[in-house]
This record gives sequence, structure tokens and C-alpha cells, in this order.
Amino acid sequence: MTAEVLLEHGLVVASALFATGLIGVLVRRNLLFQLLAIEIMLNAAGMAFVIAGARWGEADGQVFFIFILVMAAAEVAVGLALLLRLSHRFRGLDGDSVSVMRG
Amino acid sequence: MIDVCRSLPIWLIPALPAAGFVVLALVGARFPRRWVAIVGAGSVGAAAAATLCTAIGFLGRPPETGVIEERLWSWIDVGSFEIGFNLAVDALSLVMIFVVTFVGFLIHVYSTEYMADDSAYSRFFACMNLFVAFMLMLVLADSLFLLYLGWEGVGLCSYLLIGFWYSDPANGAAARKAFIVTRVGDTAFAIALLLLYKHAGTLDIQAAMAWAADNWAVGSGIAVAVALLLLGGAVGKSAQLPLQVWLPDAMAGPTPVSALIHAATMVTAGVYLIARTHVVFELAPTAMTTVAAVGAATLLLAGCSALVQTDIKRVLAYSTISQIGYMFLGLGVGAWSAAVFHLMTHAFFKALLFLGAGAVIISLHHEQDIFKMGGLRRRLPGVFWTFLIGSASLAALPLVTAGFYSKDLILWAAWSSDSGSPWLWAAGAGGALLTAVYAFRLVFIVFFGDERGHVERRPGLLILVPLTVLAVLSVVGGFVETPSALGHVSFFFDLLDPVLPPAHATVAGHGTEVLLQTVVAAITLLGVGLAFFLYVRRPAIPAAVKASPLGAWLCGLWLSGWGFDTLYDRIFVRPFVAVAGLLRADPLDEISSSVARVIAAGNSALSRTQDGRVRTYAFGIGLGAVIAVAVVVLT
Amino acid sequence: MNHVFYLSSAIALLGAALAMACRNAFHALLYVVVSLLAVAGIFFSLGADFAAALEIIVYAGAIIVLFIFVVMMLNLGQRAVNREDDILTPTMWIGPGVLALALFAELVVILIRGAGGSTTGIGVGPKDVSLALFGPFVIGVELASFLLLAGLVGAVYLGSGARSTGGER
Repeated sequence: MTAEVLLEHGLVVASALFATGLIGVLVRRNLLFQLLAIEIMLNAAGMAFVIAGARWGEADGQVFFIFILVMAAAEVAVGLALLLRLSHRFRGLDGDSVSVMRG
Repeated sequence: MIDVCRSLPIWLIPALPAAGFVVLALVGARFPRRWVAIVGAGSVGAAAAATLCTAIGFLGRPPETGVIEERLWSWIDVGSFEIGFNLAVDALSLVMIFVVTFVGFLIHVYSTEYMADDSAYSRFFACMNLFVAFMLMLVLADSLFLLYLGWEGVGLCSYLLIGFWYSDPANGAAARKAFIVTRVGDTAFAIALLLLYKHAGTLDIQAAMAWAADNWAVGSGIAVAVALLLLGGAVGKSAQLPLQVWLPDAMAGPTPVSALIHAATMVTAGVYLIARTHVVFELAPTAMTTVAAVGAATLLLAGCSALVQTDIKRVLAYSTISQIGYMFLGLGVGAWSAAVFHLMTHAFFKALLFLGAGAVIISLHHEQDIFKMGGLRRRLPGVFWTFLIGSASLAALPLVTAGFYSKDLILWAAWSSDSGSPWLWAAGAGGALLTAVYAFRLVFIVFFGDERGHVERRPGLLILVPLTVLAVLSVVGGFVETPSALGHVSFFFDLLDPVLPPAHATVAGHGTEVLLQTVVAAITLLGVGLAFFLYVRRPAIPAAVKASPLGAWLCGLWLSGWGFDTLYDRIFVRPFVAVAGLLRADPLDEISSSVARVIAAGNSALSRTQDGRVRTYAFGIGLGAVIAVAVVVLT
Repeated sequence: MNHVFYLSSAIALLGAALAMACRNAFHALLYVVVSLLAVAGIFFSLGADFAAALEIIVYAGAIIVLFIFVVMMLNLGQRAVNREDDILTPTMWIGPGVLALALFAELVVILIRGAGGSTTGIGVGPKDVSLALFGPFVIGVELASFLLLAGLVGAVYLGSGARSTGGER
């Protein structure tokens, strides 16, 4: 009752999700959207693990998905806290305005 | 008594002034002046007493080998290379330490009054004590390596004391000049030491000399090389041609310094060195001839220069160069003992002359131009009489002065010795005329004629007593060795005989000797008379000569010391400065600094990419990922 | 179940793309939720039930809710949407688009070249995952807990902005 798809198909989908997230990070100047795009990229990476795990019928893929999940949760907590602070300080969410550390 | 004296350790002699230096250098600035004077002069006086004691022990019960050795400790011990810190006293060093400590003590006593107004009183005595310690180290060393330590040490003290009044840049320049010019000679000396060590395998003086005598043939190339290099060192230290240029400028130091370092002791270290290594020189006739030629040329050139100087100290400086030229002449013809004898008498009368000049200078409130002096005979009788005795000794006035006996021996050796020649004798005799003229020119201009300077203060007892003692020594110092025609006292030569062999005489003839002595004595008296005529009776004649074109040219040439300064400036200093100017921008560093510049350019280029935007960085990371994966894909 | 996989994949990609193109933050979040739920569907279809459940609970639930809270706190309204319109010009898409497409193309090339094979069709249930987690990967679990703790501390510190002293003013 489980699907038997080609490994390539699953991984292509994960790659496409990753690429979509990458476009989001690069295009959006709004820090909130950038964080969201990063979530999508992380999710795509986790998905690749799960698919690869399913290819071999092993639990390792899901274990690493869980690790990624944990990391994403921690990252989002800190990232959103930073975002709040930045929005107070720079009166907005424009990432390009936060460029005090230019060389 | 003799046993007590023999048991006195020799190391005390250099250690006492060294201790004086340490005390004065560390806490001297906080001492009252009286204490500084007591420590400074007292330490040298104690060294003189120790010397006296050592001399009594040495003469009372001479050691069988002729040397009292004292092994202190091992200084350097690396593999087979071992240098001990050992002292040795033989007759030659005994004479030297006698001169250094006694003349040094008198000059220190003199300095306590002479320098009384100076703010750096303790620094002066610290340096002087250090100098005496190094000088004693030099003459007491039993190895050439230790001798070199003392050699460099006295050079250092010379530098410190020439530049004593360092706030005037000219004094600093004079000090540097002295240091750098002597360094040229020191380098030659160091190479000689290395050569000697390479061949003989030891730097112990006695062992190395014995080895050289056994292994080197007379006239062999290596012996000549070593002898010439040693001569180079001696020439630098003793201000002989061609390295004599530093000594006249060294008069920038205080007058007691000129008396002690630049007349009596340090500058004669070159003579001591050659006498000490005479074995090598005897193996190298070429080098001997060179020594004699250098001495003869120097004594004539410096004598001419002394004739026209107007600064009282510069007259004496050129005179010193000239007199050391005599010593070199003596060394060059193998008359080792005569040279050392002249060294001793010269130390007496030249120290006396410098101290007398210092007394005049300080009485006239630091006036050094002899033409602004005059008629001081009545104002400063004590200084006048002692100065007159010193000048007479310098001019070698016959029979009554020490200078006559020592100079006569050198001239006789120049005529009679194997390596001597009438030419060398003629040079010495001509020098005797010059010496008499310039010595009495000084006396007549400074002490006779109209009073020109204003005597501000009269010298005190601490100045007059050393002058008197030195004046007595300048007279009686010669009676320890008299020629055969005049009593034939040979105490001095007998003393030195185990160390320094007598000169080989070929044309020995009693009649010739007396004849030559008479001729030289006549020349000297002629010179004195000439000086009297020119500078007392007819002062217009020298003025007229000076006014004539040729006279003015010669006068200018001699005043500048034959233009050696200009010559060296042209061929050494200016090219060096030019090269230094070229290298100032560090052309070779361009190689390394260009790397730095490329990196700096890369930095500024790359830092422009760092615009502080997260998106740009993310783009960079993405681009990097694309490229990295592309590498995987395409390969 | 293969249809479920492909359908979910399409929805996930579409949701993600719409979220990235959307001006309104709230709408974007909803698109992301849809995308995440679709990914959960993919996991279900592959038999990774546990991962699918976590995807829904943690991602679509907790994380996105956190985003929603922040959006509400910032009180972004129509003004923010207009602002997004200002700074999001069409030309901006070109560079990142090309870059992302290049990366995607490269990945596809690698994947096609790769060993291939298909998924087994055998489900890997929570029991297997748990056995693996607390068996061989127990150190990873511990490290993950450290990471969460650090994230917690950091978030609390950064969140308490009023007390801060550095560089705020």
C-alpha cells in the first residue's frame, strides 16, 4: 500500500523544493520571507533524507530528518528573536538596510 | 717583604679600577663630589700601589721563566677551543702597568680639580676607571683573545670620553670618527687573530709565539700576512698612517682624557701589541720594513702638521702621532726595547704637556687658541716651568731630558740595525728638528710675549702636584738607560732583555754613535734656536711666510693634516653615503613589499564585495555551491 | 499510492513557489503550510509515517505558528505589502533564478547518473525509528537536546530586548 517510486523522482522533487527556497532567500529582501525560504530549504534537505531512507527501507533517513527538524526549530527560535530585535532597531524588515558590517 | 709582594694577587690591579667603575656607575650619581673623587682617584691609586708591590716582588725575586702567571678561570670552553681568563706579568707588562697606573693615578688626581665644575663628575670618573681597568686587562692578558677584549674595551672608553660632552654634536661626531676609524684597524687585528689561531691552534701569547718561531720560515707568506694584519690593528689604535685622522679630532674630549687615553696609554697600545708579538714580526722582514716606513712617514707628516696648528691640544695631538711614529720606527728596525723605552718617557712628558695645556686652558676659561694666549710665564709660573720641562723632553733637549735618551736610542738603532738605513735615520733626525721647533713654538707663543688672555683663576695644588711629579719623571725617567758614551746605565734594557731581544747591530761603531748623537743634539738645539728666533725675535717672518701663496697653501694643507680627511671623505664617506642614499628606499625590500602590496590590493578589492547584505553573502554561497557541484558534474 | 506521491509533490512545489512570490506575509505563511502538509503527504506515501506526523506537528504546527505570532506582533498590514511591491521588482528574479536553475540542473544531472533504484514500498514505522534514535544515534539525540537548549537560551536573551545595553540606541 506504500508507493514504489523511482529514487530519482523523489530526489528531483527535493532538489526542486531546495532550488525554490534558494530563489526565495536570494530574491526577497524581507527578512521574514528569507527565514521562511530557509525553512523550505531545510525541509527539502530533510525530505531527501526520508526518501533515501525509504529507498533502503531503513530508519536512518527518518532519524536524520528528526535532527534537521530539531535544528530548524532552534534556528527559527533564534532567527525570529533576532528578527524582532532588528525590526525594532531598523524600523522595518528590509534585510538590505542591515548592512552596518560592510567592509 | 718580597714574599709578601709576590703573594699579592695580580688580578687586584685591574680589579680595583673595575670596582671603582662599578661603584661609580651604579651609585656615583648620588655620591657627594668628594666621595666620587676619592673612589675615582683612589681606586687607581690603589692599583698603582698594587703595581708597585708587584714590581718589588718581580724585581726582588725574578721568576725563572721571566713570567708570573696567574690562572683565574676558564672564560670560553667550547670543544677544543679554550680561552682562559689568565693574567701574566713579565717585564714588558710590568713597564706598561707601571705607566698606566702611575700616570693614570696622577691624571685622576689632576682631574678631581680639573673637572670639579662639571655636572657629570661621577660619569667622568666611572669612564676613566673603566678605561684604566680595560687598559690593564690589555697589558696583563696572557692570551691574544683577552688582549683583544681589553683592546676593544679601551676603544669603547675612548668613544665614551671623546663624546663626554655629548650635547655638542661635533663632539659626538669626533667620538664616532675615532670609533669607526679604529674599527678598521681592529678588523685587521681580529683577522690576524683568526689566522694565527687557524695555524697555531692557540691564542695563548707565549705558546703561539713559540709555535710561530718553530714552524714559520723567515719571510714566509703567512707570517708576513699575520704581521701586516697585526700592524693594521696597531696602526688604527696608535693613529699612524693611514689611520691617523681620528686622533686630532679626539681632542674634543676633556683634557685629562686626552692626556691619559690619547697620549699616554691607549694610543701606545699598538706599540705594545707589536712589541708583544715581535716574534711574528721578526719572521716577516717585509712587515718590519713596513712598520719602519709607516713610522718614519708618520713622524714627518704629523710633525709638519703640528707646526701650524693653532689649537693647543691639536698641536699636542699631532705631536703624539709624530712621537708614536718614532716608536714605530724603533719597532720597525728591531729596537723593541728602545721603542718601549720611548713609550714610557713619552707617557711622562706627553701627559705632562697635556695636563699643563689643560691648566692653561682652564685658567683662560676654556680658551684653546694659542694666539689668544701669551705671556703666561708670570701669571702661571708653576705651569710654565713644568710645561717647559715637558717641551724640552719632547724636543729631546740633550743630556738633561728623558726624551733625549729614548729618542737617541731609536735613532741610533735606525742607523745601525740590520733593517735600518740612513734614510730612516734622516727621517728621524728631520723629525727631531720639527719636534724642537713646534714644541718651543708652543712654549714661546703661550708663555712669552704680550699677555693676551685674562687669567681667571690659578690652578690649585691638585693640578700642580701631578704636574711637578710628571716633570720630575720627564727628566729622571731617562736615566734608567743611557748610551755607552754617557755612563752606560742599562737598567731598563736588562729588565726587558728576557722578553725583547736587543737589536741586531751591524755597523756598530762607538765613534759613529757619538757622532750621530752629537749631530742630533745639534739639530735639536738648532730647532729650539729657530723657534726662539721665529716666534720671539722676529714674529714677522712666520706671518710673512704664511701670507705668501706657497706658504698659505702649505699652511692650509698642514693645518688640515695633509688633507687626509678630505681624501677619505671623497673615497670612503661620500660613496658610502651615496650608496646608503640609494639603499635608503630599500630596493631589495621591494620584492617582499610587493607581495604585501598585492595582498593589500586584493584585500581592498575583496572588501568591496563585503557590502554587509545577507543576500549578497547567500548569493556567494549559492554560486560557490553551483561551481563546486559543476566540478563534480563535469569531471 | 504513486499518484499520491506525485500529486503531493506537485502541491508542495506549487505551494513553495507561491509562498516565495507572495507579497503578503500571512498569505505566504499559508502557502508554506500547504507545502509542508503536502510534504507530509509524500512521507505518508513513502511509508515514513513517523516523519509525516512530525512534519505536521512540528513544522506545520509549531514552527509556522511561531512565524504567525511574529507576524502578528509586528502588525504588518497593507503598508508592508506595498513596501514589498516597491522592493520586489521583476528584474530581481533573473539572477537568483538563473543560479537556482543551474543548481537544480546540476543536481538532476547527478541524480540521473546515479545508481537509481526505487523505493522499497516497505513502511518504516515509529518503532524502527525510535530503536535507531535511542540505539546507535543516542549521541545525536543528546547533541540535539544541547542545540535546543542553546536555541532556547538565545531566544530568551534576544527576546528580552528592553534590558539590553549593547548598540540598541
